[in-house]
Amino acid sequence: MLVRRRLRVLVLLLIVVVVLYPLIWMVGTSFKSPQEIASNIGLVPETFTPSNFTNGWNNFDVSFGRFFLNSALVSILTVAGNVISCLLAAYALGRLRFRLRGLWFAVMIGTLLLPGHVLIIPQYILFRTLGWVGGDFPYLPLLVPQFLATEAFFVFLMVQFMRGIPRELDEAATIDGANPYKIFQHVILPLSRPALVTTAIFSFIWTWNDFFRQLVYLSELNDYTAPVALTLFIDSTSESAVGPMFAMSLLSLVPVFLFFVAFQRLLVEGINTSGLKG
Amino acid sequence: MSPAPPRRPATHRQAPGLARRRENLPGYLFLSPWLLGLAVITAIPMLLSLYLSFTNYDVLTPLSEAEWVGWDNYRRMFTDDPSYWHSVRVTVTFALVAVPLKLAAALGVALLLNKVFRGVGLFRGLFYLPSLLGGSVALAIVWVSMFNRDGAFNSLLSIVGIEGAPWVNDPKWALETLMLLAIWQFGAPMIIFLAGLKQVPTELYEAASVDGAGAWRQFVHITLPMLSPVIFFNLVLETINGFQGFTSAFVISNGEGGPVDSTLMYTLNLYINGFVRLDMGYASAMAWVFLLAIGLITVVLFRTGRFWVHYSDSEGR
Repeated sequence: MLVRRRLRVLVLLLIVVVVLYPLIWMVGTSFKSPQEIASNIGLVPETFTPSNFTNGWNNFDVSFGRFFLNSALVSILTVAGNVISCLLAAYALGRLRFRLRGLWFAVMIGTLLLPGHVLIIPQYILFRTLGWVGGDFPYLPLLVPQFLATEAFFVFLMVQFMRGIPRELDEAATIDGANPYKIFQHVILPLSRPALVTTAIFSFIWTWNDFFRQLVYLSELNDYTAPVALTLFIDSTSESAVGPMFAMSLLSLVPVFLFFVAFQRLLVEGINTSGLKG
Repeated sequence: MSPAPPRRPATHRQAPGLARRRENLPGYLFLSPWLLGLAVITAIPMLLSLYLSFTNYDVLTPLSEAEWVGWDNYRRMFTDDPSYWHSVRVTVTFALVAVPLKLAAALGVALLLNKVFRGVGLFRGLFYLPSLLGGSVALAIVWVSMFNRDGAFNSLLSIVGIEGAPWVNDPKWALETLMLLAIWQFGAPMIIFLAGLKQVPTELYEAASVDGAGAWRQFVHITLPMLSPVIFFNLVLETINGFQGFTSAFVISNGEGGPVDSTLMYTLNLYINGFVRLDMGYASAMAWVFLLAIGLITVVLFRTGRFWVHYSDSEGR
């Protein structure tokens, strides 16, 4: 029995090594000089080459700092949009009784499975007609949908969460003379904090990692977000660009990694309550 | 002149209890951003794209100049565009191989982890990390470099004396490296499996051991049936996701689906037609066929699910 238990842990450790290998290799490579990238197979660089980071940072006409700022702007505003709009929709669908609620709930569930790629072309045409694509604030097409609760996953997650809040609280508040707005403000909003935090974290990570929509809507180098800028490295696959490419790739994963370290338990619970994807 | 109708007592108009009150106005107020989004961001674009799928439209001219071409786009797609069918084949192959393997990996590791008592949280977190990072451009870049001719993977192979292929540049292997990247992200379904395993009553296993059932028979006759709703859930989710892979295919081929179209995933093909060739009408037709196909696959999954998904009575469905 003890032997089997040890064997099990040993196998798991082996899987951990295989799973983490690409990540560790990535960290090591981003500190290797061009010669070493070609010759040194090991994970640890013989000579640390931090210049990969400065070279990568200044590799294009626009500094990578700008790309990270753009990414942060889009991600943070997306978080705000998702948290606010999905919370409002979830309160209606999860707690209030009104005409056709069942129908709207079913529609919301239907949009859960709607592939985003299907809508990208007509949305692009629509936003272009409105003058939003490449306009003064080129992130409008990326942000406006997020303020209209179009991420059904988060609406669903919050509905599920709010259904767990005891109805007696609402009823007690109603007896005390509270209307649905007061109940929202004083009962549901404070009690929904865990769901809001989960939404905020996933929303940040997904937007930070998102590529397809940012690729479609951003065309000026100045406006590029980090993922779109990273693809510029692929065009220039000269040997000397590999180190800087790795360094910037590594940097771009740091925020997600920090979120992971800080909120690991919440993320895991978030997946379990709603089946959210990472 | 008819007499004014007698006033009904208030109790008739509305039950005095709190339970059945209607909240129409606040309900629709709270729902209004979502309703607006549903109309403007989802419903209208869907109809617009249905219309566009019957037109020739290059986005540079006003929408009114879209030229009606009837079923031409669909006809071209099904009979006159080899690259279309090629991308369907690539996508289906990807989903058929990567999804089952990913789920198998997720279930296998979850089973191992379920019996471990210490450090579960740490293991769980480390296995989940790739699911968080794996969809990014950064990781796709790392993956491509790792499976280059002189990448880390071939270096590892050379240690044991195997000469590797130039994986990502080899039409025979490029898609497989993308599958591997997808399987590497087994952590998210694993966590769902792990939660499902915790729900299986231990008495069932105890009873089975008393009856002399070995580990394998317990797995087949208890674990799998009890876990089938979770397996089903993961299968639907991962299949739908599997069909939509874009980022890694874009990065590995620099946006072109190469080498020799071997990584031309459906969504990448759609992107190329819509945003590179500006053939928005054709791309809209592709999008609608994609939507119908995903819907059909989901229906088929649910239909077949009836035969193997076991819902215990306590769960109701």
